[in-house]
Amino acid sequence: MRLYDLFQSTIVALEPVVRRIGYDRLERPVAAVEHAIKGAMFDCQMCGQCALSSTGMSCPMNCPKNLRNGPCGGVRADGHCEVKPEMPCVWVKAWAGAQAMMSENILDVQLPVDNRLKGQSSWLRIIREVRAGTLPRPASSARKAA
Amino acid sequence: MTPDEEGIGTGPLNDGPAFPEMIDPGPIDPAAPLEPLPGHSSSGRLERILRAGEFAVTAELSPPDSADPVDVFERAAIFDGWVDAINATDGSGANCHMSSVGVCALLTRVGYAPVMQISGRDRNRIAIQGDVLGASAMGVANILCLTGDGVQCGDHPEAKPVFDMDCMATLETIRAMRDESRFASGRKLDKAPDIFIGAAANPFAPPYDFRPLRLAKKIAAGAQFVQTQYCYDIDLLKNYMARVRDLGLHEKCFILVGVGPLASAKAARWIRSNVPGVHIPDAIVARLEGAQKQKEEGKRLCVDLIQEIREIEGVSGIHLMAYRQEESVAEIISESGVLRDRKPHSVNPVIPQYMQQRFRVPS
Amino acid sequence: MKTKGQLEAKLSRGEFVITAETTPPDGADEASVMDKVGCLKGLVDAVNVTDGAGARSHMSAFACAAIMARNGIEPVLQFTVRDRNRLAIQGEFIGAPAMGIPNILCLHGDAITNGDQPEAKPVEDVDSKGLMSMARMLRDEGKLPSGREINPAPGLLIGAADTPRDPEPGFKPAGLQGKIDAGADFFQTQFAYDIEVLKRYMTVLNDAGITEQAHFIVGVGPLISAKSARWMTQNLFGVHVPDHVIARLDGAEDQRAEGRKICAELVEQFKEITGISGAHLMAPRGEKLIAETLTEYKLRG
Repeated sequence: MRLYDLFQSTIVALEPVVRRIGYDRLERPVAAVEHAIKGAMFDCQMCGQCALSSTGMSCPMNCPKNLRNGPCGGVRADGHCEVKPEMPCVWVKAWAGAQAMMSENILDVQLPVDNRLKGQSSWLRIIREVRAGTLPRPASSARKAA
Repeated sequence: MTPDEEGIGTGPLNDGPAFPEMIDPGPIDPAAPLEPLPGHSSSGRLERILRAGEFAVTAELSPPDSADPVDVFERAAIFDGWVDAINATDGSGANCHMSSVGVCALLTRVGYAPVMQISGRDRNRIAIQGDVLGASAMGVANILCLTGDGVQCGDHPEAKPVFDMDCMATLETIRAMRDESRFASGRKLDKAPDIFIGAAANPFAPPYDFRPLRLAKKIAAGAQFVQTQYCYDIDLLKNYMARVRDLGLHEKCFILVGVGPLASAKAARWIRSNVPGVHIPDAIVARLEGAQKQKEEGKRLCVDLIQEIREIEGVSGIHLMAYRQEESVAEIISESGVLRDRKPHSVNPVIPQYMQQRFRVPS
Repeated sequence: MKTKGQLEAKLSRGEFVITAETTPPDGADEASVMDKVGCLKGLVDAVNVTDGAGARSHMSAFACAAIMARNGIEPVLQFTVRDRNRLAIQGEFIGAPAMGIPNILCLHGDAITNGDQPEAKPVEDVDSKGLMSMARMLRDEGKLPSGREINPAPGLLIGAADTPRDPEPGFKPAGLQGKIDAGADFFQTQFAYDIEVLKRYMTVLNDAGITEQAHFIVGVGPLISAKSARWMTQNLFGVHVPDHVIARLDGAEDQRAEGRKICAELVEQFKEITGISGAHLMAPRGEKLIAETLTEYKLRG
């Protein structure tokens, strides 16, 4: 978690460089690098709006129902997926990951996916939106309740 | 000359309307909403019962494989006078049946209080918002948002799973439509839908300690009531409810626990191995196995569970899912005594004449 | 007969029909449906209800159509493949006749990126022909593709969309034949303002036997101004308002009145063209305008 925060603040600090080179020119190479790294580490599906830091580093787009806010009711007793019985539930892993990271981000309600962003770099989007102050915030969260 | 001056709309029909007998009979509309009460989100009966602190009873209606409205009414009549609301499932088990909005529109027509289930499996956000407005316009007061079963388990495994919005996003969307009178895009509504918003919960599947927090998220997103998956493990439920009470969630949301009669030990085993998310402990199977009349024992078991569930602090009602045993619903409710002296509103439906004729055209 | 609808009854008797179009309101108010479309009651044989027009959310077409049917207006319920998969759509096919909705029109739908929620997921599980064949299987065989029975089966008159165009030499209406083979009982078309083009098109369809197999209801509508007519020609797919029509609007003192007159004249001309079974009147947010046109010129199906 701390690591991911550190990573995010580092890439955001790179904004002036990114801007000088140009977001459009960077889009393809950065997306390719991002896919290679996150693909290898987290089986990233490149939804373009990364939620890994809120999902215990388990990519929710691997859930056959694309759930971004927690497990469905069909998780098997052994913690495996209803749709793909051979696969451990993405959200069982997410919950374990979030506890290991001691992160409360998992309690935030993630916004629905913007399907246009699929395949695009989430890093560049974060850099741009954090700098511009337009990074979408969760509309609601269960942090208070917990 | 404006059309109004011409008397448009009152002039003679060319051939008469398609279904002259379908035109509204007059002012008596059993489906007309109740007077809204202060602090209520809807004009529905379910919200009234729950807010009044009564122990609520809901039941699930499986939509017919038929285009005949009478088939819907026959299924609902079994519950009449026994339940506070009737859930209309949305392609449950990923099998195709009459649409939940169709079933609900028929039910409100004669005065029933349906809970319309909306799953994200078959519709994207454009369609879901349209269905919410349409349902509300036709008198639906309660909507339950759920994820939906995967298409692979139904009779159209080749269909495309949509899953554009998850249930959390659907809850937030409906709440914004109701409270801020706008679509998710921000576009204004002419009239906001008065909806009592519900969600599903499953305390009986892993990761168990995340489940209460997931409920907290659903409440944060807008859920005002939840109906749970079948409960056959009272200890798991007690653990879950203890955590729910710790978090104070039972004060923010009405929790209706799912129950249903098991037909036999064989059926229990089949469900256990084939319906992910339904947890049936060995002791339950053994109890059925040891009984002379397994079906009767299944009902008794259900009654026993209801009586135990009622005693758990924070539980506001039960949701009875008696799949293919709908005829036993009245008996189970009556035996369990959960209603005490209360008698849920009976609709005594008067099915409009035009709906009684079968729509099938004789060949 | 496949349905109990008036539209099918009139079409099968060979009478000229008039249909119109409405878009469901943006609210949860039952009364607002009839406020909008009530002016067409008794003037047309059926009214199409658009499904997520402009790729934007409105009250669901199903609910809007059910409310219309209950109030004595026969709906043609439009279905697009953009927002729902086959499970949801077939569920509505089954529910439609139960609500008194006898007619459906199967479309592809506007692209999701044209709407106000371009971030939504386009579904496109089946294409419009797939929809028609599912509807026909439900109606004629009383079953779902999985083989499960639906009893009683939903009686539905199945429609498809078409765009009239100037047929180049050797043009074969293979697309239309494909839709008929998939289940289309009738067609409703895009606006057709060029009567000469329409005549040539219909000749080809008649020669190919299309109009013997399905009813052809041609789209038209009251133009509100020369400017609007030009815009339609430039921006709407397959729409061509001929120069002489635009000139007529330009020269008119009251362009709206002239637009109604042109529309009425076209409808009368449609009646004379072999193979045309009716007129489909469209005007965005123009239910009143359509009603006005029909009344003013005493156009009746």
